[in-house]
Amino acid sequence: MNCQLAADNILFENALYRVIYDAVGSFLPCWLAYVAAGLAIMLILVNAVLLGAALVTWFERRLLGRFHNRIGPNRWGPFGLLQPIADLAKLMTKEDLIPAGADKITFSLVPLVMMAPLLLMTAVIPFSKNTALANLNVGVLFILAIGSLTTVAIFMAGWSSNNRYALFGAARAVAVLISYEVPVVISLLGVVMVAGSMSLANIVQAQAIPFLLVQPLALLIFLTGMSAELNRTPFDVAEAESEIIAGYHIEYSGIKFALIFAAETGAMLVVAATIATLFLSGWVGPFAEYIGWFWFLLKTLLVLFVFVWIRATYPRLRVDQIMALSWKFLLPLSLINLAATTLEVFFLRDSAGTLATIDLWIMAGINIPLALGCIFLFGNLVPENAKVLSVRPTTVVVPAVATVEVR
Amino acid sequence: MSLESMLIVAAILFCIGLYGALARSNVIAVLMSIELMFNGVNLTFVALSRYVVPQAIQDNIASVLTGQVFAVFIITVAAAEIALGLGIVFAMYRSTETVNLTEAAQLRY
Amino acid sequence: MLFQDVVFWVLAIVAIGAALGVVVIRDLFRSALLLALVFIAVAGFFVLMSAEFLAVVQVLIYVGAISILFIFAVMLTSDVRRGNLPNRLQIPAVVLPALLLAAMVVTAVSTDWRLIPDSQQERVGLVQTQSVNVLSDSALEQAGVSSPEEMQEIQQAGIADLLISDFVLPFEVASVLLLAALIGALALARGREGT
Repeated sequence: MNCQLAADNILFENALYRVIYDAVGSFLPCWLAYVAAGLAIMLILVNAVLLGAALVTWFERRLLGRFHNRIGPNRWGPFGLLQPIADLAKLMTKEDLIPAGADKITFSLVPLVMMAPLLLMTAVIPFSKNTALANLNVGVLFILAIGSLTTVAIFMAGWSSNNRYALFGAARAVAVLISYEVPVVISLLGVVMVAGSMSLANIVQAQAIPFLLVQPLALLIFLTGMSAELNRTPFDVAEAESEIIAGYHIEYSGIKFALIFAAETGAMLVVAATIATLFLSGWVGPFAEYIGWFWFLLKTLLVLFVFVWIRATYPRLRVDQIMALSWKFLLPLSLINLAATTLEVFFLRDSAGTLATIDLWIMAGINIPLALGCIFLFGNLVPENAKVLSVRPTTVVVPAVATVEVR
Repeated sequence: MSLESMLIVAAILFCIGLYGALARSNVIAVLMSIELMFNGVNLTFVALSRYVVPQAIQDNIASVLTGQVFAVFIITVAAAEIALGLGIVFAMYRSTETVNLTEAAQLRY
Repeated sequence: MLFQDVVFWVLAIVAIGAALGVVVIRDLFRSALLLALVFIAVAGFFVLMSAEFLAVVQVLIYVGAISILFIFAVMLTSDVRRGNLPNRLQIPAVVLPALLLAAMVVTAVSTDWRLIPDSQQERVGLVQTQSVNVLSDSALEQAGVSSPEEMQEIQQAGIADLLISDFVLPFEVASVLLLAALIGALALARGREGT
């Protein structure tokens, strides 16, 4: 049977989908081939994300080990590569507890609600030429919108656990998420303006030079904001072990905890892929027609390395410091970046509204000094960053040796 | 799926919202019901712009998007309305310790 | 079309069931979550009517911001345990919406809508898809759009163009409204101590 996809079908441009569709369509009726190919793609994506999340946990633990000058997991499989599988087996055999006072339905729904946005986000990321599942014209907006669904899941976890620590964690997480959403969105506006499109595929094509150079400030803000939204270490007040034990997922155990954990690491993977697409020119590289996925993976790994590096380097901020960083530092920077990019695009574009490669270099030449200058200026303006807490020695001298009181 | 079925679903959403706005005594529940009504209206706008011929279709084919533009404005206004509405709820809760509409009736006397 | 019908009915059942839950369930936290579900279902309707941009905006603003605000409000006002009590107006509150619903259903069914004819349907669908999906020239040709003018017209149609051409005044007024709401919310939240 010869099946033809309709031209206005959203999957029409997807090379991977069409290969599967044509292969399946040769022996199945068309509507069944349509469904089967869609299911096959979904299977590939879901498994890629889950397996990727497992590998990311291994990568992170191993790398953290190196940063701490130890070895990291190395027992199970070559280089400890099978460690995530062992962890998963352990978690699946554990008892799946639901606390007595919990809202049982909401409590059990949380892992699903956390996992779903993650899988949806992967749909718009182009792994290689013409492989984004949906080349949406609003791809960037889609990623931001779907990413904000996680907030609901965190709130559900915090509220339904019937646990003070969980509720504190959820409230902190949502405060952080809402504050960092603003600079993140504004910083991405600059990228969208330079690329002239919100579609991730078009943004990749527009990167004659990586936007890392053209929009350094936007990259900084996006990286910081996303670290905060993912609750990564300098910003992990929501699950700070030493303050509120484990935050919103304190009551979760067994397979539910495994899913929540996979959703968190998977979100890190997806955000790294997004940064690689938006700022490091995605799958573009030498021989990108054939090994685009290789460049994409390499760049994603690079961003993941930066995430782990940040985690291994910085101590945790206080809640008020996190808020101050967002509102007093990142928001002005993102507005400056937006204004600068608007002016540059306005003056440099040609009559058709496009930017040549030389224009991008000019923008890079303006934006990199601007970024450095702004970071220096605002870094000195925000007092929270500069002020060192002065500790005076107390007048009461604690005896070094325990003294025995004589009556 | 047709225009009529879409309009009926929108109407049901709107009327459920109206019932909630009239019959609940918690302010937050009333505001939620108002959001339901907004969604019904949005759905009507988009359905009409998808299926019904606009006056200006001969001049400019983009005018089939007019209903969507209206929906964008409604979403904007709803966001502003809800931010202010909840601000008022908090102010009311601070001063009267209740968010129950039947109890917050000092203005009657 | 069958596939779309199935999706439509599933979405309709989810939306209406969740909406009923919002107004009937006593646990306010659950009704806030169900409200988020209604918003997602309405976003699904938008996708079904090829208004994908609006669907994304709906998820971003309604689910990502407004339902979060509601959940915050539920959390911060400690009346939650008493829940979503009905007031004394039950009978008029049922009768009025029921009458309104009957009127609207009769209007929707009996009105002779000037529906977009099938010959135009293809073009309209393309314009509304174009507002979200990137269509190449070859894709348009396959859909039967051949003349270059028409192709250009379809590729340029978008919500953004309408917003800054025909609707530029409401657009600006909306920004003023948002600013006013911002200041108003700040003034309300600050309370009286600050002044």
